[in-house]
Amino acid sequence: MSGMKQYETVIGLEVHVELATKTKIFCGCSTAFGGAPNTHTCPVCTGMPGSLPVLNKQVVNYAIAVGLATNCDITRKCKFDRKNYFYPDNPQNYQISQLYYPICRNGHVDITVNGSQKSVGIHEIHMEEDAGKLIHDNWLDASLVDYNRSGVPLIEIVSEPDMRSSEEVIAYLEKLRTTIQYLGASDCKLQEGSMRADVNLSVREVGAKQFGTRTEMKNINSFKAIAHAIAGETQRQIELLEDGKKVIQETRRWDDNKGASFPMRSKEDAKDYRYFPEPDLPPIVISQEWIDRIKSREPEFKEEKQARYQKEFGLTEYDADILTDSRKIAETFEKAAAICGNPKKTANWLMDDTMRLLKDHSMDPEDIRFSPEHLAALVKLTDSNTINSSVAAEVFEKIFTDDIDPDKYVEEHGLKQVNDAGALEETIRGIVAANPQSVADYKAGKKKAIGFLVGQTMKAMKGKANPGMVNQILTRLLEE
Amino acid sequence: MAHVIDDETIDYVGILAKLELDGEEKEKAKKDMAQMLDYVDMLNELDTDSVEPMTHVFPVNNVFREDVVTNGDGSEEALANAPEKKENQYVVPKTFV
Amino acid sequence: MSLMNLTAVELGRKIRAKEVSVQEAAQASLESIDAKEDRLHSFITRIDRKKVLARADEVQKKIDAGELTGPLAGVPVAIKDNMNTKGVLTSAASHILDNFVPRFSATAVERLEQAGAVVVGKTNMDEFAMGSTTETSYFGPTANPFDTARVPGGSSGGSAAAVSGAEVPYALGSDTGGSIRQPCAYCGATGIKPTYGTVSRYGLIAYGSSLDQIGPIAKDVSDCAAILETIAAPDEKDSTSVARDSYAFTKSLTQGVKGLKIGIPRDYFGDGLDPEVRQKVLAAADVLKSEGAIVEEFDLSLVQYAIPAYYLIACAEASSNLERFDGVKYGYRTKDYEELHQMYKKTRSEGFGPEVRRRIMLGSFVLSSGYYDAYYLKALRTKALIKAAFDKAFARYDVILGPVAPTTAPKMNSSLSDPLKMYLSDVYTVSVNLCCLPGLSLPCGLASDGMPVGLQLIGDCFREDNLFRAAYAYEQARGPIMSPFAREEAEK
Ligand SMILES: [Mg+2]
Ligand SMILES: [Zn+2]
Repeated sequence: MSGMKQYETVIGLEVHVELATKTKIFCGCSTAFGGAPNTHTCPVCTGMPGSLPVLNKQVVNYAIAVGLATNCDITRKCKFDRKNYFYPDNPQNYQISQLYYPICRNGHVDITVNGSQKSVGIHEIHMEEDAGKLIHDNWLDASLVDYNRSGVPLIEIVSEPDMRSSEEVIAYLEKLRTTIQYLGASDCKLQEGSMRADVNLSVREVGAKQFGTRTEMKNINSFKAIAHAIAGETQRQIELLEDGKKVIQETRRWDDNKGASFPMRSKEDAKDYRYFPEPDLPPIVISQEWIDRIKSREPEFKEEKQARYQKEFGLTEYDADILTDSRKIAETFEKAAAICGNPKKTANWLMDDTMRLLKDHSMDPEDIRFSPEHLAALVKLTDSNTINSSVAAEVFEKIFTDDIDPDKYVEEHGLKQVNDAGALEETIRGIVAANPQSVADYKAGKKKAIGFLVGQTMKAMKGKANPGMVNQILTRLLEE
Repeated sequence: MAHVIDDETIDYVGILAKLELDGEEKEKAKKDMAQMLDYVDMLNELDTDSVEPMTHVFPVNNVFREDVVTNGDGSEEALANAPEKKENQYVVPKTFV
Repeated sequence: MSLMNLTAVELGRKIRAKEVSVQEAAQASLESIDAKEDRLHSFITRIDRKKVLARADEVQKKIDAGELTGPLAGVPVAIKDNMNTKGVLTSAASHILDNFVPRFSATAVERLEQAGAVVVGKTNMDEFAMGSTTETSYFGPTANPFDTARVPGGSSGGSAAAVSGAEVPYALGSDTGGSIRQPCAYCGATGIKPTYGTVSRYGLIAYGSSLDQIGPIAKDVSDCAAILETIAAPDEKDSTSVARDSYAFTKSLTQGVKGLKIGIPRDYFGDGLDPEVRQKVLAAADVLKSEGAIVEEFDLSLVQYAIPAYYLIACAEASSNLERFDGVKYGYRTKDYEELHQMYKKTRSEGFGPEVRRRIMLGSFVLSSGYYDAYYLKALRTKALIKAAFDKAFARYDVILGPVAPTTAPKMNSSLSDPLKMYLSDVYTVSVNLCCLPGLSLPCGLASDGMPVGLQLIGDCFREDNLFRAAYAYEQARGPIMSPFAREEAEK
């Protein structure tokens, strides 16, 4: 339509990441997931009168590490502030966060979308505490509060409004996720809420200099939902503008089931947080030595690894990309390949069977539990023809689920490939004798009939026969 | 400069502070707050433009804990004083609409 | 003469010498409380007699076994009701916490108990320590032991009255803007607000976090030093606690004042100071001079700005600190409500008294959008200027000497009607909290109305030693001051 205006979507993200510390940010309570309600609590994280916060040093280490990996300036003297708002998931009715002197500022990450590179600015990263969990109780028609998550450390990564599409947003989030996972600072699981994104979105006419009025969408917990939410909100805002209405600056909740966002405002929720410096916590002074120490421990990140895999192991760009998507997979690959000396085969196990099994078990690559030693042993068993490929696939499933030792497993279950030509010939002769029709078919030119006979042989050998030898012997006998 | 606190302001502060003031009390609160603000306006006599706000007086920095679990099951202690509880959780008016 | 007329250190000495048993000391305190509470009402909670005596027995055994050898072992004590005491109601004198029984004790209380203290009760105070008269307590006011028609001061009025009335040898108080020093002045007791960070705040129900400090309220300076030595220590649970070079406060007592430089700020003796108070305080300065101190007048400057800066900071911090009282986790919850925010509002409006509500409203306002810079930041900048003025003064003087309060204790029911006027009476005490300084209050005689007058000694940060030197020297020259209630106890 010629009269239709062209719009551009402008997106910035606030990403909350739960840090992988053992204890909460301000008390010695465990951050372990699960646990009966309120069992991981103490006077500090339940807001008891008289309790005081004490900062977990590891939180600062992780925040600095993420800041360095995202090219931020580290604030040499940073401080905590209180953000005041009443809500039952927050036992003190204030959240200890950072406003005035966040630990990291002015960073950026580079993303690639459809082959073109783009830099997304990071406005700041600050440290703060997570809130507790509220669940609805139907019987009481009330809410129940569990403070096990209250005080779990978070960093909030605030981007600049630099993104223009859901593809860019997802590329940015994936970049953050792999970077943070490589640092070991968080497992970054969207489903479990250890990585959460709030989307700030506005639209404007293409070519406009000024940003439009933005809304903030919360409660989005998968990449798919993020893409839906961006599409939905973009559409809603464009429709408003087309109708000559205004976009209201507000916080909205994305409901992925309904495929729509809803305003969260209430007249009782004035968005006026009355931030002021937290008097219970002294400032944090970060020295150059401290920064250098963390920098020196930085791991090899995905991009460098990917390039190295192509060069060192002759892997394709595509394969190297998949292997390095998860730090856990990459680590497993490197260790296993070093032990077995067959990087290609190792890579195949990780890219094909592992990815399939992860999907079947709806697991995250970071969740794999098997040891590289066992994967390497499996590769060696196939390389030495000790087991055939179908047995290997079966053994790998066992490695994946229970991290079994394949040498032992193959031994105990008698899964070694039968390479004994005499024994094989004896079995095959029996099969041939028992299936005259197939033999006749073969001899009549239906070469495919051999497949049936191979299958029968494998069945008789409980899958352990060397398939090459079976084929060879069978062909010889049929040609006789 | 005499401050005047209007109804809108006092209601807004009531929302922030979660305090409910009615009739007479509200009028008194408006008067008290205006009086205090008039009084603290005295600070405007001081030129503080070049003065750094002082939050912490002592140069004490970097007070940390090590990342070691020190606390066990705190649920009994947490809920001991709760006005209303159910299955080891606090009960509050519903937060989902 | 009763055991309750002894100082804590004297009683402790007799207990260790086996002249008095811990049970006898506890009994004497319980009996004195029984005899006087109708008239004084120093306590919100009196600990069950049987429990007190059982605790006394336990302490006696430890003393006998040589496990407890400190100066306070076996001595009864009262604790201000804003410090958590495990298993004992801790209300902060508020309706909103009038059923709150904490499961842990404040570090300061724990340290006293480890030293063999026998806690006999929790003392009355202004609600959440907000007030200067103990009249804002939900549990009703405390009377002044020198004149029961007058207030004991506040907010640690119950602690000061219990000590002055010889109900206990000593007590703990807390001081956010003068809450130890001013009731000590009004009740003829001796108390010290230590340098910020000296005593752990863990377990103290916060009012103004950057200002609050726990300290002793006692009969004399030696007791204050001994008590402070017992409760002061760095605490890993309080990030603002400070590891000091020295905690040997008692050592300074007898060092004398020869050569000690004492500055008298002219600003503390201007309009509004009662002439009799001025005369008594200046007479105390003369005594110190005659003992060998060098006494000079000087201009401290900025004194009038301390109160507005203080109230802005204290109310802002309080508005946030008191957000946790919401009817969800502990304490009072309103009976009738339909939804969450109504529950919050009704709970808090019914649970907090008028003075607390007033300060929360002011604090919330000055932090709100658009006002933060003009009020809160302005106050923090003013604080920096005031601190610089004190730094300058302490470059020249070891001790700053002045009054604690402009007048002696006012009559009951005369203060709350004009809040601003009540705030103004804190003019000499609040700078000490703003600047984290130590301040000691001790009586310097009685005015013609028979009420005690308080002398305040202010030191540089971490220089309590100078305060103890001066206060002890002055006290030796002054002689004892007793309230009618203490005299009644002595005549038993
Ligand atoms: Mg945040
Ligand atoms: Zn905790």
